[in-house]
Amino acid sequence: MNTRLQAASRQVDGPLLRVTDLRTHFRTERGLVRSVDGVSFTLDRGKALGIVGESGSGKTVLSRSIMGLLPGRNTERSGSVVFEGEEIIGLSLKDRRKIWGKEMSMIFQDPMTSLNPVMRVGKQVSEGLRIHLGMDKDTARATALRLLQDVRIPEPEKRLDQYAFELSGGMRQRVMIALALACGPTVLFADEPTTALDVTVQAQILELIGEQRRDRNMSVILVTHDLGVVAGHTDEIAVMYGGKLVEKAPTRSLFANMKMPYTEALLRSIPNIEDPSHTRLNVIPGRPPDLVNPPKGCRFSPRCEYVQPKCINEEPPLIAAEHSDHVYACWYPVGSPVYRERRAQLDAEKRRAGHNQVGVA
Amino acid sequence: MAGSGKAHLRATGDVLLRVEDLVVEFPVGRTGLKVHAVSGISFDVLRGETLGVVGESGCGKSTTGKAMMMLPRPNSGSVEFEGTELTDLPAAAMRAARTRMQMIFQDPISSLNPRRKVRDIVREPLAIWKRGTQAEQLAKVDKLLEEVGIDPVRAGESQAHQFSGGQCQRISIARSLVLDPTLIICDEPVSALDVSVQAQVLNLLEDLKAKYGLTLVFIAHDLAVVKNISDRIQVMYLGKICEVAPSDAMYSSPAHHYTKLLLDSIPVPNPEVAVQQVTVQGEPPSPVLPPPGCRFNPRCPAADDRCRAEEPQLREVAKDHFVACHHPLFGGEAPVAVRSATG
Repeated sequence: MNTRLQAASRQVDGPLLRVTDLRTHFRTERGLVRSVDGVSFTLDRGKALGIVGESGSGKTVLSRSIMGLLPGRNTERSGSVVFEGEEIIGLSLKDRRKIWGKEMSMIFQDPMTSLNPVMRVGKQVSEGLRIHLGMDKDTARATALRLLQDVRIPEPEKRLDQYAFELSGGMRQRVMIALALACGPTVLFADEPTTALDVTVQAQILELIGEQRRDRNMSVILVTHDLGVVAGHTDEIAVMYGGKLVEKAPTRSLFANMKMPYTEALLRSIPNIEDPSHTRLNVIPGRPPDLVNPPKGCRFSPRCEYVQPKCINEEPPLIAAEHSDHVYACWYPVGSPVYRERRAQLDAEKRRAGHNQVGVA
Repeated sequence: MAGSGKAHLRATGDVLLRVEDLVVEFPVGRTGLKVHAVSGISFDVLRGETLGVVGESGCGKSTTGKAMMMLPRPNSGSVEFEGTELTDLPAAAMRAARTRMQMIFQDPISSLNPRRKVRDIVREPLAIWKRGTQAEQLAKVDKLLEEVGIDPVRAGESQAHQFSGGQCQRISIARSLVLDPTLIICDEPVSALDVSVQAQVLNLLEDLKAKYGLTLVFIAHDLAVVKNISDRIQVMYLGKICEVAPSDAMYSSPAHHYTKLLLDSIPVPNPEVAVQQVTVQGEPPSPVLPPPGCRFNPRCPAADDRCRAEEPQLREVAKDHFVACHHPLFGGEAPVAVRSATG
C-alpha cells in the first residue's frame, strides 16, 4: 500500500482542522452576498466529513474559503481556520501555495475543465511532485505512474503521455484524484466529485476515494447535494442552509435522529426507489433564501412546515442534542411537542387532501 | 442491422406511439467511421402511459427522444404516431405533427429565449399556428402559467434569467402544453434541479398528466426518479434496449445484469444500508466501435463466448417483463436462436 508517514510525524494535539466563525461575503452590485455566515466545525485526522446543501447554500464557498482559494478582490473573509495547529487565514499567496497540493488538495466537479487541456497527464501529475517534494524528472514520472496505478487507471503507462481529452469522464476524474493525492495531502476536499459522472462510475469513484482515505489516513471533506452519496461514505455530516451550518452529527446519528426540519425535508424530497411508482413526493415549497437579504430569524423559516412566530423573529443558535457531537439550529426540532402537534395537523390535512403520503412517526 | 427483437411490442391496447427498428448514426468527421447512437430499437407507448427511458450517457436515450420528433430524421426504421408514419412525412406535415408531440429539455434556462418576455415565449406556439384571437391566446397562456405556478403578471414583464432553474422548467412545461399535445417527451427534465425543486417539478408533471390526459416519455439517468414517475421502464445501453418491464417489477426483480448494476450503483440515503461493493468496473465503451454480440459483454460478470458472438433478442421472462440477455438473472437461458433472415 502507499507510504504516507509525514502526517504521523507532524501529529499535533487537537483536531486536524478547526474552523471558527468563518464568514465569507462577496461585494456585488446588488449588495453584500453572505455566502458563508459564521460557520464553525472541527475535523479529526482520517475522518470523512460530508457537507450537504442545495445550490446556493454556501457549501462550495465554504470549502474554497477554508483552502484560501477565493479571489481577494470583492471578497470579505473573517474568522479563523486552524490547520495542524497553525492559523491559515491571512497567509500570503506564497505561503498558501506551500499548503495547496501538499497539505490540502481539492478535486472538482468537472474534471475536463479542471485539468490542463494542453499538458500531458503525466506531466500534470508529476508537476506537484517536482515542486513540493523536489523529485527529479525520472523519479517524478515513476511516482506519477504508481499514482495512476493506485487510482486504477487502465494502461497507466500509455495514459502518462495522453491529454485529458483522450480520456473518458471517469478516467479524467481518476487523474484528478491522482493529481490531488500526489503530494500526500492531509485533507482532501472533494467538491461534487461525482456529479458529472454516470451512476455506475460514481460508485467506483466514491469507493476509490474511501479506499485512498483509509490507506493514507487522510481526512476527506466531501461536498455534495446528494444525501445518498454522503450516507455511505462519511463519518460525519454537516448540513448547510443559507450560508449557515444548521445541523452536524455523526452520519448514523444524523439519519437515525434528525433534528432540523430542513434536513428531514431534504431527505424526504428524494424519490425513494423502494416506494411504488407514482408515490407522491414530499416537496419543500419555495426556494432557498437570497443571501443579500436573508430572512431575519431562522433562514429556513419561510419554507418550514413547522414555523412558529419565534422562528421568524429570533435566529436559533447551534445547540447540542442528547449527544454533544450532534448539534442543530432549531427552536422546535423534530420530535419536540410543538413539532409533533404541527405534524399531526399536517398529516390530517394531507389525509383529507387524499395524497398517499405517510407522515413521520 | 441486427435488431434487438420486438417481442415486447403490444398488438392490443391504444398504442399512441410505435417505434420499430430505429437506427440513428452520426458520421465521425471524414474518417468514414460512424457513431452508432441508436442501433435498431423498437418500443411502443400506450395512450396515457408514462414510459421511462433510463441509461448512462452515450446509451442513445436522448437521441431516441429526438429521433421520435424527426430531429434529425433517423437513418432507418419507422416511427408511427397517432396512426401516422412520421419518417416519410413531408416537412410541412411533420411540423403540424409536432404540435401533438412536444419536448422538455434538461437545461431550462438555455432552452428559453433569453431576450424575450416569458409570457411571449409561452404564447409563441399559439401565434405561429394562429390558434384563436390574441385575447384567447393570452387567456390560455395565463391559465397555463398559473397552473404551473408562475405569476402571469411577472411573466409578462420578465425574462428567463430573472427566474430560478425550477421556475424556468415550469415555464418550459407551460410552453410545451400550450398547443394541447398528446405526447410530451421529457429529456432529463429534473437533472439540473436541486432535490427539493426536483420533487416539485415531478409532482407537477404527474398532476398535469392526469389533468390533460397526457402520455409521457420520460428520459433520465436517475433510476429512482424514473421509477417514481413511470408505468414502464426501458433500460438502454450503447444504443440497444436491455430490458423492458413495469416499474415496480424492474426494481424488485431485474433480469438484466446491467439493470442490476444500475440499481446497485444508486447511493442509498441511509447509512444503515451497506454500500454495495462495486462488482463491475470500467465504463461504457465508445459507440463508434460497439463490441460484437451483446453490447454489455465486456463489463458483464456473466458473459461467455455466446455473448461475445451472438446478439441477444428481447424475450418475455415474466408477464410484461422482457429482457435481451442470454443468461438473465431469472427466466432461464435464452434458447439458441435460429438466425433471423433480416440480418
